[in-house]
Amino acid sequence: MLDMTTKDIKERSGITINPCKTCEPVGAMFCALGVHKCMPHSHGSQGCSSYHRTVLTRHFKEPAIATSSSFTEGASVFGGRSNLNTAVKNIFDMYDPDIIAVHTTCLSETIGDDVGSYILDMEIPEGKYVIHASTPSYEGSHIQGFSNMMMGFINYLSKQTGTKTGITALFPGWVNPGDCRELKAIAKAMEVPVTMFPDFDNTMDSPMTGHFEYYGAGGTPIPEIGRLGDASSVIALGKFASGESFDLMQKKFHISGASLPMPVGIALTDRYIMALRKISKKEVPSGLEAERGRLVDLLMDATSYTYKKTVAIFGDPDIVYSLTSLCLEMGMIPRYVVTGTPKSEFETLTRELIDSYNLEETCEVKADTDLFWLHQKIKNDEVDLLLGSSYGKYIAKAEDIPFVRAGFPVLDRYGATIQSVCGYKGGVYLAEKIIDALLSRYDRDVADEDFECVL
Amino acid sequence: MRQVAIYGKGGIGKSTTTQNLTAGLAEMGKKIMIVGCDPKADSTRLVLGGLAQKTVLDTLREEGDDIDLDEILKVGYAGIKGVESGGPEPGVGCAGRGIITSINLLEQLGAYEAELDYVFYDVLGDVVCGGFAMPIREGKAQEIYIVCSGEMMALYAANNIAKGIAKYANSGGVRLGGLICNSRKVDRESELVEAVARRLGTQMIHFVPRDNDVQRAEIHKRTVIDFSPDVPQADEYRQLAQKIDENELFVIPKPMAIDELEAILMEYGVMD
Repeated sequence: MLDMTTKDIKERSGITINPCKTCEPVGAMFCALGVHKCMPHSHGSQGCSSYHRTVLTRHFKEPAIATSSSFTEGASVFGGRSNLNTAVKNIFDMYDPDIIAVHTTCLSETIGDDVGSYILDMEIPEGKYVIHASTPSYEGSHIQGFSNMMMGFINYLSKQTGTKTGITALFPGWVNPGDCRELKAIAKAMEVPVTMFPDFDNTMDSPMTGHFEYYGAGGTPIPEIGRLGDASSVIALGKFASGESFDLMQKKFHISGASLPMPVGIALTDRYIMALRKISKKEVPSGLEAERGRLVDLLMDATSYTYKKTVAIFGDPDIVYSLTSLCLEMGMIPRYVVTGTPKSEFETLTRELIDSYNLEETCEVKADTDLFWLHQKIKNDEVDLLLGSSYGKYIAKAEDIPFVRAGFPVLDRYGATIQSVCGYKGGVYLAEKIIDALLSRYDRDVADEDFECVL
Repeated sequence: MRQVAIYGKGGIGKSTTTQNLTAGLAEMGKKIMIVGCDPKADSTRLVLGGLAQKTVLDTLREEGDDIDLDEILKVGYAGIKGVESGGPEPGVGCAGRGIITSINLLEQLGAYEAELDYVFYDVLGDVVCGGFAMPIREGKAQEIYIVCSGEMMALYAANNIAKGIAKYANSGGVRLGGLICNSRKVDRESELVEAVARRLGTQMIHFVPRDNDVQRAEIHKRTVIDFSPDVPQADEYRQLAQKIDENELFVIPKPMAIDELEAILMEYGVMD
């Protein structure tokens, strides 16, 4: 399919080919789905929310609910106030959520709708909430939209009374439901009581019960978001999805803590556990230590098949950074590390991480780029493995490269969202997939006389 | 059918000039429609004798897009037809999008009938966004007149509008027909405006003197030709109408750099 991609890399402006990101409202909608009994609302035309729901539904294989202001020609001329008022009334009447999380779209941002003041003037039923975040798609990426919506919840709902709750605010960042479960399990093992926000456990992976409910059993309860202002500490995972909310907690409520990368692999999970240990002041339980030991053991056992293997990693900045860390721990060479999200800090941080391993080989790190660029790079200097979202499958096929799916979105495989890539267990899961992909390729290509049952 | 758009700095007298000049053209027997492209919706009050009709966008807001042409198009002095695009209330929505919507609607409704000799677009102030450029985009107005005076800001705006015309000239075929000087009794006004027109590559098509007869007619919601056909000012508008009807100088303007414009202002504007 991508046979026409050339080796010749030209400086491009004004065009993105095969983007490595999607638009802000996707992130805002996803974030809102991690709050209990929350209806995400797209303040724009219906096509926006249709697309955003579709991409989330296809990743999670679970219906992503959302409503729309249904902008028409009239709304784009006269502004969307009356659409939003009608929508909010209808949504509370028909779908009975506890909260509506409104995010804006390109259209409502361009005509300059003042959603904040619309909400102030609005009649909201007793005990219900309407919040909003500004998410114009022509800047940032879905990661920025996620971050903006998190801050929207905190700004509208979180209060400070002065009495500390003794609870740690745990921001997981852009992760799958399986990751949420694992991160909470580790915090529990470390005896740190947490409020995870947002929390996708049991919302975007609801168990089959035989009857459909609009709202899953999971999601961060609204009162818990309200009490975040009195949290004793905050651990924010994923610099790009959670970093701004971490700063907001410090600025608004003077709550400090740790802003860490997504805990994937050994070193980054260690950092998460050490941050928890600093709060609980307790020893790391033997169970977690054993898990760590098993991951170290696995990586050592397989090292002759992973050492110096080159890998191209692409996707969202937080997961890509952390996957890079795991690959380095496996002795691999992260030849190309790429995100479509326009954050130059990604390049600085990832470069520091790679430099700390003192590799002889060159590695290229690039933010704000696309998969066409990555494909051209691979054409010039091929890699042994491709690691990223489903959109990499076209490159993998064209160049015949083993491909492991990770990050967002994974649209063409099943089950990954229930699993965790975080923690030592997540490290074992990912390492197994990577080793499996490399060895399957080895078996496929090896000469008959060298084809061995034991590797 | 000639489609003409009138631009110029806010408050310079675009609507007044357009309506008085169309009255002149109508007197010559021309069939005319004025399309007001200003959210204030005051582009047709002199030919229709007051704010007579609902705007296209008000009708769209209240009745949806199933609009009857009779509701929004009214006939006034000497058979001049008037339509007001209207717009959102100040501070909300997008007036530029409103212009686009309403011109598209007028086309769908068949307002541009074949017998018309002239369609005049009276456009708000400056070309602030794509919506206000709608009348000069492809297939719409072919000729533009910029109303200005000898005041610096009016000429500054005229130069800016020339930039907009130059931008659309290649794709839409729009051309500048000239500057109309609506006098503010500034020193050496006529020479100054003529100099600016020359630099833009166009002409000052007419110098409309300042006269209280315009004000008197406006108070009575009528054009000068309608209210006081025998005063000298009525003849000025007849002359303007005649010149526009006979105009053959249509150019792609060459907008000036700011210092160039300021130099001309210094040359003519500063008296010893």
